[in-house]
Amino acid sequence: MSDQTVVDYHPMWAELGLDLPSHDALLGAVGQLFGDAYLTQDNRPKGMDYLNFVMSEVHGLRVKELDDFRKAGGKVVGTFCLYVPEEIIRAAGGWCVGLCAGAEFAYDQVEQIMPRNTCALIKSFMGFKLGKVCPYIQESDLVIGETTCDGKKKAYELLSELHNVYVMELPQMKRDKDIAMWRGEIVELMAKVEELTGKKVTAESLRASIKEVNDKRRALQRIAATRAADPAPISGKDALLATQVAFYDDVPRFTQMMNVLADELDQRVASGEGVAPMGAKRVLITGTPMALPNWKLHDIIEKAGAVVVGEEMCTGSRYYQDLVSEDAATLDEMVDDIAEKYLDINCACFTPNQGRLDDVVRMAKDLGVDGVIDYSLQFCNLYEMESNAVEQTVRDAGLPVLKITTDYSMEDVGQLSTRVEAFLEML
Amino acid sequence: MRVLGLDIGSRSVDAVWLDDGRTVDWAVADSGFDPGSAAAVFVERGLHDVIISTGYGRHAARERFGGTAVTEITAYGAGASTLFPDAASVLDIGGQDTKVISLGEGGRVTDFEMNDKCAAGTGKFLEVMAHALGFSLEELAEEALAAESGASISSMCTVFAESEVTGLVHRGEDRARIARGLHESIAKRTLSSLQRVGARAPLVFAGGVAKNPAMVALIRAGFAGDVYVPAEAQIVGAYGAALTGNGAAATLGTGQLEATESECPATP
Repeated sequence: MSDQTVVDYHPMWAELGLDLPSHDALLGAVGQLFGDAYLTQDNRPKGMDYLNFVMSEVHGLRVKELDDFRKAGGKVVGTFCLYVPEEIIRAAGGWCVGLCAGAEFAYDQVEQIMPRNTCALIKSFMGFKLGKVCPYIQESDLVIGETTCDGKKKAYELLSELHNVYVMELPQMKRDKDIAMWRGEIVELMAKVEELTGKKVTAESLRASIKEVNDKRRALQRIAATRAADPAPISGKDALLATQVAFYDDVPRFTQMMNVLADELDQRVASGEGVAPMGAKRVLITGTPMALPNWKLHDIIEKAGAVVVGEEMCTGSRYYQDLVSEDAATLDEMVDDIAEKYLDINCACFTPNQGRLDDVVRMAKDLGVDGVIDYSLQFCNLYEMESNAVEQTVRDAGLPVLKITTDYSMEDVGQLSTRVEAFLEML
Repeated sequence: MRVLGLDIGSRSVDAVWLDDGRTVDWAVADSGFDPGSAAAVFVERGLHDVIISTGYGRHAARERFGGTAVTEITAYGAGASTLFPDAASVLDIGGQDTKVISLGEGGRVTDFEMNDKCAAGTGKFLEVMAHALGFSLEELAEEALAAESGASISSMCTVFAESEVTGLVHRGEDRARIARGLHESIAKRTLSSLQRVGARAPLVFAGGVAKNPAMVALIRAGFAGDVYVPAEAQIVGAYGAALTGNGAAATLGTGQLEATESECPATP
């Protein structure tokens, strides 16, 4: 991504069937949001230039790469959730991209086919599809859904009327028989993706993709680890962006660039350089995922002078904290390892979900936070329900907690700012 | 040091002038459509060395007039605990939001809860309902207080509750009973909010809605322990903001807000 000449992508977008005026409006809005939230920050690591560039080309160069890949016979698989194993898709020669679900779009059309009181994430991905503004779904030969919640489950039925969709069944408990069932789902997914790409998954290809995706997670783990330092070497907003981009960027390139960023952050920690003064209030956020370009809460917290040092969420630690074992000899063992690793993720769709509570407390201690903010998207039954247990657990660990329920709209920013600032004043 | 505390809220702009912690003067103006200009009138009196702003307009005020800003939560905590040194919690029902605050040692905020983006159960809610019933705000409270029982109101959303009230009126329900029902439903919601933050007695009930005798009576009836109501309940935020100008409210001890003496027999 070194070619910085301005390219007109409109012909490509038109070919993908995007609604060009709406799409231009969306890109304009995202650009402005990014400018306000990101480019106003002081003392950002130089390594963030790469992510700035990715954002400036968010529907441009990366989509062009996907487009070229597909025109050369490659297959692209779109996903909405980190339970869909990227290793399997890559081992079959496919590319995996996360799909747009982080902004309000075409809700008027969405609300004709689903209830108003559906969570913002679901409404958003449906809105991007109906409003014809997501080039990634247009570049996806197949969309893989998962049964992580009732809303998504039913939304995939609606989406399948408009797109090629395949749904994996994720168990909701973690007993041996659930792992066995989930392993079966992964085997079926493998067959499905092999059929799509026309390439067999082999022990060699899967071993390579396990390593490759682990390396991506390792780079993100390195970045996460530096955030335990006071002063924090990177803002929460920037670290969140890195995780958000991990879902759709080219894997080896992203890994390399994130390792460069991590090197710089290591140096910053060694020299005591930070993005906020030492002693700035440190916050851990836990809750529902924040899909690109949802930076709302981080922006409010950091503009109030605090720094977010961790995200216990799908766009955070849940994405990178666990690796797939690299010791397996056979394809079967690798599939076992993948099944096991993915069921280790502590999503609120599981019951019981003590693992998540333990993660929150462990991260809060490791990162030396002053307080925890529990973030739920409104109408996300699972996280809203679990919020009570999170609150209790964090209090029992001796830390203050603020519960926030919100959506992608900006109308509550005033009230949220008051609550966040009051929380920070209280710490 | 002379400090001007400004509380720029959705319904009113309140000002309190302190000189070395002593109240010199206070004033209240309607926010109207230009709360900044309402505040400017107070600033232009020139009776201060520093300004501390709170309320929705705090950041705008800081940018326009200088000084610093604190949230209403911290300001109400400081104001209430200075007026009533034994206060353990605060309830503030303002024009468009409700806050419940738990206080620790020296008036420090230890926990709080604030309503989300909707204005259910706030001053604005009461205004809309008074209008729907053809009462003034004062009449709404008086009628509610006088009614023997309340009509059942299930909606807390301002829009839904208004239709519910209209429905009740059309079915011939007594207006006073509806007024009481509205107050009861706010009180019920507020009391559960107080419970969630573990609010202990004594409770200070402040904010514009604390001037409503029906709300005060219902909160008193439902809360276990003393409920103090400052006579000038509306300016506690501005007072608290001004107090934080001298450093943490915790270090202040008891201030004197001459205008604030309880008019309720149950308060000290």
